[in-house]
Amino acid sequence: MAYKDKQLQEEKVFKDPVHRYVHVRDQVIWDLIATPEFQRLRRIKQLGTTNLTFHGAEHSRFNHSLGVYEIVRRIINNFQDRPNWDNEERLLCLCAALLHDLGHGPFSHSFEKVFKLDHEYFTQQIILGDTKINEVLERVQPGFAQNVADVIDKTYQNKLVVSLISSQIDADRMDYLLRDAYFTGVSYGHFDMERILRVMRPIEDQVVIKSTGMHAVEDYIMSRYQMYWQVYFHPVTRSAEVILTKILHRAKHLYETSNYTFKLEPTHFISFFTGDVQLEHYLKLDESIVQYYFQLWQDEDDFILSDLCERFMNRRLFKYVEFNPNHMMKELMELYRLFQKIGIDPEYYLVDDSSSDLPYDFYRPGEEEERLPIHLLMPNGELKELSRHSDIVEAISGKKRTDHKLYFPKDLLDMNEDKQTVEQIKAILYGQGDEGNVN
Amino acid sequence: MLINHAKLMQFFSVAREVVGRKKLQKMIYILQSCGLPFEEKYQFHVYGPYSEELSLRTEELCNLGFLSEEKEEKSNYFQYHYTITTDGERFLEQFDMKIASLEEKSAMILDKSARFLELVATMLYFKQLPREEVEKKVHIVKPKQNYNETELKEAWQLIDALMDA
Repeated sequence: MAYKDKQLQEEKVFKDPVHRYVHVRDQVIWDLIATPEFQRLRRIKQLGTTNLTFHGAEHSRFNHSLGVYEIVRRIINNFQDRPNWDNEERLLCLCAALLHDLGHGPFSHSFEKVFKLDHEYFTQQIILGDTKINEVLERVQPGFAQNVADVIDKTYQNKLVVSLISSQIDADRMDYLLRDAYFTGVSYGHFDMERILRVMRPIEDQVVIKSTGMHAVEDYIMSRYQMYWQVYFHPVTRSAEVILTKILHRAKHLYETSNYTFKLEPTHFISFFTGDVQLEHYLKLDESIVQYYFQLWQDEDDFILSDLCERFMNRRLFKYVEFNPNHMMKELMELYRLFQKIGIDPEYYLVDDSSSDLPYDFYRPGEEEERLPIHLLMPNGELKELSRHSDIVEAISGKKRTDHKLYFPKDLLDMNEDKQTVEQIKAILYGQGDEGNVN
Repeated sequence: MLINHAKLMQFFSVAREVVGRKKLQKMIYILQSCGLPFEEKYQFHVYGPYSEELSLRTEELCNLGFLSEEKEEKSNYFQYHYTITTDGERFLEQFDMKIASLEEKSAMILDKSARFLELVATMLYFKQLPREEVEKKVHIVKPKQNYNETELKEAWQLIDALMDA
């Protein structure tokens, strides 16, 4: 029997708190899960710094990847024998679902911003490079690894296959919403996934939703909206992210521009600092390594690096105030000057953070051909964009909500001896000197 | 300090008016691909490179009153027009910012159609491939657009000109 068709003698299952069981029968999938590159995902948290706000959020990209695989497996089971579905694409879909997040590194978002990296580039590198993952995929058939990479890159010719893994209602989003809600313990984020799976229909080049399932999709859209504001963009999590980003900037700065000598050579970070990150270096850096360095950097001679690491490790986060760049730009410039005056480097200790710093996929019907919207399949066979038919979705997708905050270490201000300047700073930050505005 | 917002505002200041979100998406991607320092992260979508970060940042600039967004109803969809406001100009004045060759490169793409910019952006997405392969990819990922030889040729000419500018 060809490797691609080979089945395990007995079905294997992973117990999963979100989907109850993740079922594996294909030898290929089983072999992919066993590779070191996939096992590495166990050491990368799905939600980065969110566990500092919601202590349950310790789940990993490994859990999520299995979850996405399981959802796609169930969708494909439902699609069997439906028009437009080509079952020859089954294994390709399952592999792409399982491997779609393979290139994520530790604290992905901050690392990507600071070191100008792209996890999607590394996903492609792992799938196409000299790796165990590539070995398994090429055993299926020569060129199969490239097909998997193309599906994940969304450039594969069969758009229906791509839309299962990546569209405005796809397996990736459904799994992370349910999983993140479960592990953070919040009561929003839940929706009836089973119902959505039952009303998904494959058409020529996309997955659409039978119109009778519209209310289940409304719930899903509402979950996305609530989870963003309540979990993903939580200001305390953002504070931890701000500090993390500044640690990486500081360490890079010390390595690059001064004659600073680290007490421990930052071996695992050097290629990140020099901008020459090879795949082997990238795969070696997981969250346990990063935390190890942060732990040690607390004892560095550089005050900024050691202070920021101590804050991150011990959850001594920055405080924040609301900030409107339109009304407060001049004040922000003044704050910069005042921070410098009292010896607190604003580059590291006065940080503006905007909602666009954590771009999240709100549902947007958008303009024609800006982005593929969610389509409802009407009884007469016509397709209708979701928000044209659902008042709830129209209300949410028309609502604009953005946010800007200013983060700073209140404790350093309180300890500073230049009380007069600190009062000036506080008057600007809190407005009328009222500390009640600070969070 | 809102540097990425300011860079976008610089673009809107040069463009004066941008008609269409799709066009905006493709223009910023093209400029970024030609080495201009826009940092919005893009992914490939059905209609070519798309950045959620750019969508959200544009929304922020509108909410802050730095950009004016006008919604125009077309036959079966809406089209959006963006122009910089007085508050936006004031915001921009606080940054001593000059993006090299922004005006020159923007001028080369501003009057192009959204369809053509979609083609150029898609070709740039595959820029690491040989030219023949790029054209093959365009036909694979965009079979419905039916781009013809003339359009492909014009797109290559524009890409060459942008890279040289």
